[in-house]
Amino acid sequence: MATETATDAYGAAETTSVGMPQLDASTWGNQIFWLLLALVAIYLILSRVALPRIAAILAERQGTITNDIAAAEDLKAKAVEAEAAYDKALVDARAEAQRIIAEAKAEMQDDLDDAIAKADVQIGEKLAESEAEIAEIRAGALANVKAVAKDTTKEIVAAMGGKADAKTVTAAVTSRMKG
Amino acid sequence: METAEQSDGGGLVFKPMDQFLVKPLSGDGIVQWFTFTNAALWTSLAVLAVFLLLVTATSKRAIIPGRAQSIAEFAYGFIHKMVEDICGKEGLRYFPYIMTLFMFIVMANFLGLNPTAFTPTSHFAVTVPLALAVFLGVTILGFVKNGASFLGMFWVTSAPLALRPALALIELISYFVRPVSHSVRLAGSMMAGHAVIKVFAGFAALAAVSPFAVLGITAMYGLEVLVCFIQAYVFTILTCVYLKDALHPHH
Repeated sequence: MATETATDAYGAAETTSVGMPQLDASTWGNQIFWLLLALVAIYLILSRVALPRIAAILAERQGTITNDIAAAEDLKAKAVEAEAAYDKALVDARAEAQRIIAEAKAEMQDDLDDAIAKADVQIGEKLAESEAEIAEIRAGALANVKAVAKDTTKEIVAAMGGKADAKTVTAAVTSRMKG
Repeated sequence: METAEQSDGGGLVFKPMDQFLVKPLSGDGIVQWFTFTNAALWTSLAVLAVFLLLVTATSKRAIIPGRAQSIAEFAYGFIHKMVEDICGKEGLRYFPYIMTLFMFIVMANFLGLNPTAFTPTSHFAVTVPLALAVFLGVTILGFVKNGASFLGMFWVTSAPLALRPALALIELISYFVRPVSHSVRLAGSMMAGHAVIKVFAGFAALAAVSPFAVLGITAMYGLEVLVCFIQAYVFTILTCVYLKDALHPHH
């Protein structure tokens, strides 16, 4: 077989070389030839296809990552903005509510004051009216008392057998009532 | 495996180096420079693996990558960052070359871990041309970029004047030792690990020690997985360091 003959051929060479196939110069040309062929092939594969392609893939990925991070940052900024807007709206609403409450309170106070004033006026009016009425009644009562006193005096005087003229009776009653 | 044991004389015979033999896959056994050998096969498979990982796996161009695309992107990012960190922005012009080196070495290393596989990077005939290509490329680039001032790299101006000639000699020697250590490190690591696994496999033929042998193979294999990646990484990072010296020769 071919391999055996090769081994035999090598075996012969081995005796002359130091026992290392590496030092068998007869195969060096072969190895160097295939090595150069392989290196040229790998260089062409790498420089023409593989390296540009991998560089493009890595650049594309870097771009995608950068874009994604930028987008994420945008969204984050938007979220912060939205939160600020929300907080502001909350503060505004609270202030508005406070304002409305104060307004309502003031309005109610005004209404109350008005009503109290009105009521006071009415009470005053009623009071004056009543006082007038009382005074009238009192005046009426006085007049009646005078008349009754005159009549009574006349009757008493008559019953006692006297004769009283109206003028003296009236003067007497009036002076008595004053006293 | 036929390499581990031979029954001549009844004892164990280890042939841990047989796995590194370069053999034609067909024909009369003579290895011409164009012969399709096992070395050629596994070198080609490394190319195929690179294609599958970096082209086929990324063909969907998914924004959210799948597993294979993630590995491809990791490999790209790993080497890209390495070149940028060590050589700076202008070093990125040479990124495709460095990526070629890394992908070839790492794929050849890992494919070599398959049982009965041949590991191209365990051969000096592969690692020496790789290291020489880096050495010559970097040296020529250094002179093209910096002209004669590239030699300033060897003249350490921060040292006292009296010491500078001695330092220049040391720098010069270490500069020329670079391709040697660069290539021997890779081939040596790959060869040693594979050979040790083969030695353990040889012991597995003895029933008494075979459990330990299998355990040893397993442990070595785990270590080898690590070494395969680390050696590819080391080769690449050293290439970057040498390239940095060519681009910025003044310390």
